[in-house]
Amino acid sequence: MLPVAWRFGQPSPLPGFRLALCGTLLWLAVIVLIPLGGVLLRSSSIGLAGIWEIATQPRLMAALRLSFGLSLLAGVFSLVVGLLIAWVLTRYDFPGSRFLDAAIDLPFAMPTAVAGIALTAVYAPNGWFGAPLAALGLKVAYTPLGIFIALVFIGLPFAVRTIQPVLAETEVELEEASATLGATRAQTIRKVILPPLIPAALTGLALSFARAVGEYGSVIFIAGNIPFASEIAPLMVVMKLEEFDETGATAIAAIMLGVSFAMLLVINLVQAWTRRRLGHG
Amino acid sequence: MNDHVPQAEAFPAGSAAISIRNVSKWFRRADNANPVHALKNVSLDIAPNSFVSLVGPSGCGKTTLLRLLNGLIAADEGEILVDGKPPVRGPHMGLVFQSIRLMPWRTIRANVYFPLELMGVAQNECVERANFYLSMMGISKFGDAYPHELSGGMQQRAALARALISQPAFLLMDEPFAALDAQTREFMQIEVMKIRENLKGVVVFVTHSVDEAILLSDQIVMMSPRPGQIAEILPVNLPQPRWDHDVRARKEFVELRAHLWDGIKAMVVNDPESEFYQRDRLGPRMSTPSGG
Repeated sequence: MLPVAWRFGQPSPLPGFRLALCGTLLWLAVIVLIPLGGVLLRSSSIGLAGIWEIATQPRLMAALRLSFGLSLLAGVFSLVVGLLIAWVLTRYDFPGSRFLDAAIDLPFAMPTAVAGIALTAVYAPNGWFGAPLAALGLKVAYTPLGIFIALVFIGLPFAVRTIQPVLAETEVELEEASATLGATRAQTIRKVILPPLIPAALTGLALSFARAVGEYGSVIFIAGNIPFASEIAPLMVVMKLEEFDETGATAIAAIMLGVSFAMLLVINLVQAWTRRRLGHG
Repeated sequence: MNDHVPQAEAFPAGSAAISIRNVSKWFRRADNANPVHALKNVSLDIAPNSFVSLVGPSGCGKTTLLRLLNGLIAADEGEILVDGKPPVRGPHMGLVFQSIRLMPWRTIRANVYFPLELMGVAQNECVERANFYLSMMGISKFGDAYPHELSGGMQQRAALARALISQPAFLLMDEPFAALDAQTREFMQIEVMKIRENLKGVVVFVTHSVDEAILLSDQIVMMSPRPGQIAEILPVNLPQPRWDHDVRARKEFVELRAHLWDGIKAMVVNDPESEFYQRDRLGPRMSTPSGG
């Protein structure tokens, strides 16, 4: 089955464990751990009480609720749509399928501010989609709904790209076997196609959620940034920085770091549990 | 219609468990205008409680015929009746494949009771009946294991248990032991013979192995390729049970084996699309180069 991982102290046909580990730790430290440690250190200068005071400001509370709530919603939505797109891309070969496949990655490639302006133009009250929706009484731009659309836009590729390879690997033969054993189509989807996708789907959820929480560029244009209504937490950080309140900014960042860490931990625990339950070891 | 196709063995009307009448099947590829003629004018009656093997070289349509019986694909011409009705797939029709097709995320036990779960049988009854069939196949202690932890033979036992748990009236097996090593394969053949003692029903068994077909069957259907059709239907007149002594040494076995093998060899050698086309007619015998 899976290759057995090399364990410390065992002879290996390949040299270089120490060098590889040193390189890994060095880069992890320089790029990730030390900068994040700096954030925590800087924010800790005002003490836990100080952080608590900032965290419980009603305006920041509203922004945090909006950011994390919408990010989770957008992650779940991306997952459902991403599953559908991954299904179409892996199971069907049609004219333009390769173009569609390439287009999935566009949100990765373009500056998020461009995406933000493009989405705002389309969903603004006088835009292509915005105008007819406004006529129906549905306001998209400058509301949480607009933020949600921007977050789905940047989160979708994560969902598609994590589910797609697993879906491509699933054995069509199992579906046939399921049908011959008397399963209806719905039963085959529920009991044969979906279970092996769960770990990958949770990874996709975690990635698109994490990306959405930190997203700034594509959101600020369509959000309208109205305090208590459509103001996201990363914007509060930028505002603090513009006021030269670095400590305040790092305090909010530390709070976001903590909440993100907690939510990702929960997703990972669920994933580990399903992996065990599904017998992936 | 086609005079070299032998007549299917006759049964009084309505007594055959499976009746195949003048069935033809073509496979069409999207890019290919010429459809592949997979089955041509196949007629066959299968008696209740009989074990029938389909043998023949690659491309003779044996697997296609099995898939038609299961209702996975439909015939282009002719009629198939299973218990007097057109074939429908379902738990009354057990199917065992060469590629074992257990679900890797389910335990062996959960794989075995999968058909019952689909029917809405209560969990505790599922487990109880799965345990019965696990012990019947001799894999009781692997109920909680996952498929990848078992050998190929063990996995195929589990697949057999899964096919049997819904107590099917028909068991269709598509080269079930082809992927197993020679020794495991012989033991699995004995398992199948023993199961046959206790369970009634029709077994249709596709195999490349002439020995396996003779050992297990009441009747052997030899098929010829391109287009797939029935070449000969042969009864196997060896005494039952066949596992407690070696029937391979018996005269009937040797003769039947020689007859079947000659037939298959002739088909392969005369098939222009075969890699062995005319290989037995090549010039003088090759002499082994000797010395230096």
